[in-house]
Amino acid sequence: MDVLTDNFSLYGKGFLGTVELTVYASVLAMVLGFVMASFRVAPVGSLRVIGTVWVTVLRNTPLTLLFFAVLLGLPRFGLVLPFNVFAVLALGCYTSAFICEVLRSGINTVPTGQGEAARSLGMTFGQTLGNVVLPQAFRSVIPPVGSTLIALAKNSAIAGAFSVTELLGTYKTLNELGYSIIWTFVWIAVGYLIITLTISALFHVMEKRWGVAR
Amino acid sequence: MTAHSTPSATVLYDIPGPHTRKRHRVYGIVSTVLLLALVGWVIHLLFDTDQFTSAKWSPFEYKGIQELLLRGLGNTLKAFAYAAVLSLALGAVLAVGRLSEHRPVRWVSTVLVEFFRAMPVLVMIFFIFVALKVQPLPALVAGLTLYNGSVLAEVFRTGINSVERGQGEAAYALGMRKTHVTTYVLAPQAIRAMLPTIISQLVVALKDTSLGYLITYEEFLHAGKLIASNLDYDLPFIPVVMVISPIYIGMCMLLSWFATWVARRQRRNPKTEAVGVGRAQPGTLMPGAR
Repeated sequence: MDVLTDNFSLYGKGFLGTVELTVYASVLAMVLGFVMASFRVAPVGSLRVIGTVWVTVLRNTPLTLLFFAVLLGLPRFGLVLPFNVFAVLALGCYTSAFICEVLRSGINTVPTGQGEAARSLGMTFGQTLGNVVLPQAFRSVIPPVGSTLIALAKNSAIAGAFSVTELLGTYKTLNELGYSIIWTFVWIAVGYLIITLTISALFHVMEKRWGVAR
Repeated sequence: MTAHSTPSATVLYDIPGPHTRKRHRVYGIVSTVLLLALVGWVIHLLFDTDQFTSAKWSPFEYKGIQELLLRGLGNTLKAFAYAAVLSLALGAVLAVGRLSEHRPVRWVSTVLVEFFRAMPVLVMIFFIFVALKVQPLPALVAGLTLYNGSVLAEVFRTGINSVERGQGEAAYALGMRKTHVTTYVLAPQAIRAMLPTIISQLVVALKDTSLGYLITYEEFLHAGKLIASNLDYDLPFIPVVMVISPIYIGMCMLLSWFATWVARRQRRNPKTEAVGVGRAQPGTLMPGAR
């Protein structure tokens, strides 16, 4: 029990590290995922190929391998950045493939007639997209985006094993200090639960507000 | 949806006319040129940092190192085989528990499923490895089994619940007991419909075997790391990544393609069409996504 009270600052640092990693990686994943999803539904063939290759390769890459390649491989390339930035890069790129597929399936849920109706009213491409298609797609992708981001938060644990300051990483120090290992892990587990439950609650609220009732 | 087919009518745009097609061709050429420039720049960087010197690629010629890699690959597949079989078994047990008529059994299995799905797999693996002092292979397999087993339990449960109610009612009307109804009537139909999702979940298990690297299990990535950090070969990190990743990605892709192939075959199959089960969501390939 006193593992937490004695080492509150260490746990706090690890917890904030996980939160920070999750937030930055989520932003990167959303942006990249949006770009790749728009590539995948684009009328230009080569853009569709880029999107498809990006998604297929990243979805089938073990995240540990990606971390290995980015954190240990890229520096050999002459690219030296802080480990945290590398971790955000690996986590964000990996998750972007899943976000891309979620967004694309969201666009696919909008009936073709909606777009046709918008065009026949004389709306431009931008108007069709911004006023008709995306608002409907957005409402149907809230739950799957939420679970993808929860998965991201859980996956960020791997960064800790690659010596990025992060919640799981705290166990090493506490283990060396001789604290009860079981309790150490209990508090780590509680930390992750707080993060994932918060994301899940956030998306629950969003879904209640904007989700489609089916 | 294939990447190369000409676009059919979508919600986003009409089928393009001759003028638009010409414009799209220009966009296509410009983006291809940009992409090729990017690839060329990466290749230039690779040569610039001497990644193709013979010293860095020579390790792959040695028999001992090839054997090291093969042993690593074997260990990866071994962990995957154990984890796959055990998580299917655990999934079945937990699904039966959640469908049980006895409230305590239902509660216990619900709590187990929810807890193991909410925890990062790596935290569980580390807990088993560090706190319970288990050997790397059993720790890895146990962690993967607990996580994938509880995800599969939900897959099985929703599968059984999605079989048409009349099927079960008819079986009960024939005088079958609950065990018989489940094993002879509901489960066979549910498993057929759920097969693509189950295989996709096994891809997650295969990908996650690489977590064994972090607890010093001597799997494929571990073998790669040993070679990569060897000073005699001038630290061949990039060559190792270039050799290992295609094999890893290839294995996972093969299994994913198998899942889509099964899904496509089933969509034409009248026997499974009767069971209206949602297609495997794209997110299911990701650990933790529901």
